Amino acid sequence: MKTTRRQFIKIAGASTAGMAIAGSVLGSVQKVSEAVHVKKDMLDSELTRTPTYCEVCFWKCAAWVYKDKEGNIKKLIGNDEDQHARGKLCPRGTGGLGMYEDEDRLKKPLIRRTDANGKQYYEEAEWDVALDYIANKMNGIKKDYGKENMALFVHGAPAKHFEYLFKAFGNENHAEPAYAQCAGPREAGFFATFGSGVGSPEPADMQNSKCIVFIGNHIGENMHNSFVQEVSTAIDNEAKIIVVDPRLSTVASKATHWLAIKPGTDMALLLAWMHVLIYDNIYDKEYIDKYAYGFEELKAHVANYTPEWAAGITTINPELIRKSAHTMAAASPASVIHPGRHTTWYGDDTQRERAMAMINALLGAYGRRGGMYMGVKQKLPKYPVPAFPHPHWSWQDITKPKFKNAAVGLTNVLIEASLPEFDKKHQIKGWFIAGTSVINTIPDRIKMFKAIENQELIVVVDTMPMEMTGYADVVLPESTYLERHDYSRAGKNRVAQVAFRMPAVEAKYDSKPAWWMAKELGHRLGLEKYYPWKNLEEVLDWQFKQVGSSLEEMKKIGVKTFPSTEPIYLLPGEDYEFNTNTGKIELYSTDFAEKGYDAMPKFTRHDSPDPGFYHLVYGRAPMHTFGRTQNNPYLYDLYETNSIWINPRTAKLWGIENNSDIWLKNQDGVISEFSTKARLTERIRPDSIYMVHGFGHTNKKLSRARGRGINDIPLITKIKVDPIMGGTGMRNNFVTFVLEEPSREEIIAAADWKANAAKKKEASENKKKETEKKSEAKKEHTKETHTKEEAKS
Amino acid sequence: MRYAMAMDTRKCVGCSDCVVACQTENNVPLGFCRDWIVEAVKGTYPDTVQMHFKSERCMHCENTPCVRTCPTGASHVIEGGIVKVTHDECIGCGACIESCPYDARYVHPDGYVDKCTFCDHRLEQGLNTACVDVCPTSCLIFGDLDDPKSDVSIILKEKDWYVLAPEAGTNPQLYFLK
Repeated sequence: MKTTRRQFIKIAGASTAGMAIAGSVLGSVQKVSEAVHVKKDMLDSELTRTPTYCEVCFWKCAAWVYKDKEGNIKKLIGNDEDQHARGKLCPRGTGGLGMYEDEDRLKKPLIRRTDANGKQYYEEAEWDVALDYIANKMNGIKKDYGKENMALFVHGAPAKHFEYLFKAFGNENHAEPAYAQCAGPREAGFFATFGSGVGSPEPADMQNSKCIVFIGNHIGENMHNSFVQEVSTAIDNEAKIIVVDPRLSTVASKATHWLAIKPGTDMALLLAWMHVLIYDNIYDKEYIDKYAYGFEELKAHVANYTPEWAAGITTINPELIRKSAHTMAAASPASVIHPGRHTTWYGDDTQRERAMAMINALLGAYGRRGGMYMGVKQKLPKYPVPAFPHPHWSWQDITKPKFKNAAVGLTNVLIEASLPEFDKKHQIKGWFIAGTSVINTIPDRIKMFKAIENQELIVVVDTMPMEMTGYADVVLPESTYLERHDYSRAGKNRVAQVAFRMPAVEAKYDSKPAWWMAKELGHRLGLEKYYPWKNLEEVLDWQFKQVGSSLEEMKKIGVKTFPSTEPIYLLPGEDYEFNTNTGKIELYSTDFAEKGYDAMPKFTRHDSPDPGFYHLVYGRAPMHTFGRTQNNPYLYDLYETNSIWINPRTAKLWGIENNSDIWLKNQDGVISEFSTKARLTERIRPDSIYMVHGFGHTNKKLSRARGRGINDIPLITKIKVDPIMGGTGMRNNFVTFVLEEPSREEIIAAADWKANAAKKKEASENKKKETEKKSEAKKEHTKETHTKEEAKS
Repeated sequence: MRYAMAMDTRKCVGCSDCVVACQTENNVPLGFCRDWIVEAVKGTYPDTVQMHFKSERCMHCENTPCVRTCPTGASHVIEGGIVKVTHDECIGCGACIESCPYDARYVHPDGYVDKCTFCDHRLEQGLNTACVDVCPTSCLIFGDLDDPKSDVSIILKEKDWYVLAPEAGTNPQLYFLK
C-alpha cells in the first residue's frame, strides 16, 4: 500500500498545496525487480572517467562518463571547464545513460523485404549486406535520375558525417528540421537587422543582464543548461524578468511582469513596445545615432502602434505594455529580448523575430554587456581531401526563387520536391535520414506519406525504433553517443572552446557509429579518395594537432579553452561595421525592401478559434527532448506522459474534471490517436490549451513510450509558410475536446482530412458528375495509403 | 555539527535533475525516489495566479518520530543530525513511514525502508550531496548550521524562509527560501 502511495507522491505531490510535475510511473513498477541496484554506494574515487559531450539535446554539454572497475557506466557528470555545462548536466544529460541502456534500441541492420504473399517485413541483415543494398540503390538513383535527386534529412552529431558523404557523392540537398521547423525565422530576422544570425547557444548575455525578456520562450521548461544557470544567476542579481506567454510558464512564475498574451498577437505588442521606446524617448539614442540605419522611417512606421491599439489585440493592459517597456529601457543596455529557439509559429515569424531584434537595437543591447555578446570560436581545420564535385543543381535552385532568405535547405521544400507531381528534373527519389524522425517533426502528414510513397529508397539511421524507421527500406542502428566518436563541438561562445567525444564503452548490440557507416558507404560508392583515413580518431587527432592539442590531451581534459583576442562586446565609441548592405544595424531593411518584403514589420491579424475550439499551444518539459527521449527509462520515470492543460473555467463548460481522459480534435477534424489526462490549472488562458510536444508514440517497439499521451504533430494541419525563409508556422491550429472514446475507424478516417474536406466542399457545391469521379479516385488513394501504412507500422 | 539544506523556490525550475542524480548516485531503483518535486499553485488566472516549485526529501528533523517508532533501531541519527536506516536491521514494518509527516520514506523492493541520506558517503569525501552538485539553478544550498560561515547559515540569515508542517514539532532541517 505504502509503496504505491510513495509512487503516487512523485506524481501528485506530498502536500495538498500543489500538484507535482515529476511524474512517476505506474508503468515502470513492474520493471523494478529487474532494476540493477548495488547495495554499497559507489565512491567517486573508485571510478574512472572518459570525456564526452551530451547528445540528448542540441546544447551539447561536455561531461564525464564515470565507470566502475568492471567497466559499467555509473553516472554522467558535467565538465567544470565547459561553458555549456559549467559542471552540471540537466535531467536529460544526467539520465543520458538511459539512451545506452534502453533495451528497445535498434540492434541490427534491417532491410525491408516482401514475402510470397506480398506482405512486407523487415529482415535482419549483416552490415555488408545492408550497406551494399544502399550503395546499389543510390547508384541506381544516380543513373536513372541523377545524384542530385536524393535528399538528406539530419539532426545532431550524425549530420556532419552524412553531409560529408553526400557532398562527396555530389549532392547538396540537405535539410534539418532544426531550421525550417524551428530556429530559422530568428536567424533570418536577426541577420536582416544585425548582419549576423543568432546561432547556438544564443548570445544573450543573461548572466550580466539587468532585464531579460522572453517571448513565448519557456526557459526552464526548455532545459538549455547554461541558460537556465544564467537565468538563475540573473535572479540572484535581482534582474527584472518580463515574460510574454499565454501560460504562466515556469519562467513566467518568476517574472516581474507576466504578459498573458492572446496567442498570435505578439507582433502588436512588439510594435507597441517600439512605439513606447521611441515616443517616450527612452531608447538608446547615442547607440542608434551611431550604429543604426532607418530610425526616422521606423519612428514614422510605429507612430500609430500605441499601447492602447495593441491592448485591443493582445488583451494586455496598455499600462502594463508601457510599464514593461520602461522596465526594459531602465536596464538598457544590459537589457535583452532573448531571440527564442522554436520560432516557426504563425508564418510571419521572420518579421516577428526582426521586431525583437529591432527592440534589442533600440535598447542598445547588441554587442553590449548584459545585452548580446559577439561570440568567438576556435576553428578546427578540415582534414585535407580533394574538392567535392559540383552538383548540377541543389536545394537553392528549388528554394531561393520562392524563399529568398532561406539560409540552408528546407525540409518542407525537399518534401514538396519528393512528390510525384514535382518537376521531373528536380524530383527527389531517395531519402537518407539520420537522427530525426521526420514524420513527427515536420507537419502535414498527408503530404509526407505521399512523398514517402514516391521514394525508391529510404534509409533511416537512429539509435531507437522511432516511427520513421517503420517507413524505411533500410534501418541502420547507430551507436549512442556514449559508444562513439564524433566531430568535436566548437561553436561560438563567450570563450573559444572545443569539446571532445569518445566512446566510454564498447558499442552494444550490432550498432555502429555514423562516421563508420558514412565511410563504408563512401567506399562502396567509389568515393575512397574522400576517406583517406582509417578512423575518425585519426581525423580528430590531426585536427587537434593543427590547433596545438592532441587526441591524447583531449582524452584527459575533454574540453580545451583557447585564448582569444577578439572582444565580445563593442568597445566604447568603437566604429563597428555591421554585415548589412548599409554597414549599420538596419531598422529599415534594405535587403528586404530590395527583395519585395516589408522593410519594417507590420501587424498581420492571425486566425482566432471558432467557438468551442482553443489555441493549440505546445512546448517542452525539462526532462524530455523533442520526441526522442520518451522511452528512456530514467526520463520516462520522471515524466511518462503529457497532459492537456485546461483553464478550470473552460473545463467547467465541458464538464471536464482534473485527470479525466480526453482526446483532441482539430479544426480540420483530425482526432488524436490516443487520449491523455486533462490537467486543470489556472496557469493558462481560458482560450488556449497547452501540451508538451513529443508524446503519443505509435511504434509498438517503443515499449514504454507507445500509447502514452497525445502527439501534437498530426493535429497541426494548418501551416502558414514564412514567405521570407520558408519556415512552417505551426501555431495556427485549434482544437476541441472529444470526451467519448472515438473508434479506431473514426480516427483513421479523420486523419485523411484533406479528402474529407474536399468531399464536404464538393457535396455542398453540388457538382455531381464531375465531383463523384474525383471523390472515388481520392477514396481509392486513401485506402491504398492506409493499407501501406498499416503494413509498415 | 548540524547539517541542513536550504531550497530556493525563486530559482527552482522543477526540472527534476535532483531526482535523477539521486537515483543514479544512490542506485535508487526506477519507479522510486528519495527526493521529488512539488508544484504549488495558488490564485486564479490571470491576476493572482502564482506558482513555485519545491524540491523535497527527508527533512532530517531534529525531533525524529521515525527513529522513535522504529522497533529494531534500524532508523537512527548519525553525526551532523543525518537520519539513516541500517538496511540489514530494517524489517520493513513501515512504522517509520506512518510516523513521518513528510512522507519521505519508501519501501525498497528488497524489503527495507529507504530514504535520503544527505549523501553521507559523499560528505565523507568532502563532496556535496548529488542533488546539490547537479542542480542547474543552484537552488539547493547545503552545509553545517553550527558553522556561521557556511553557505547555508549565511543564506538563512539573509533570506526569509519557512519549513513544512511546523505544527508537527519535528524541527525539520530543510528550509524553503521565499
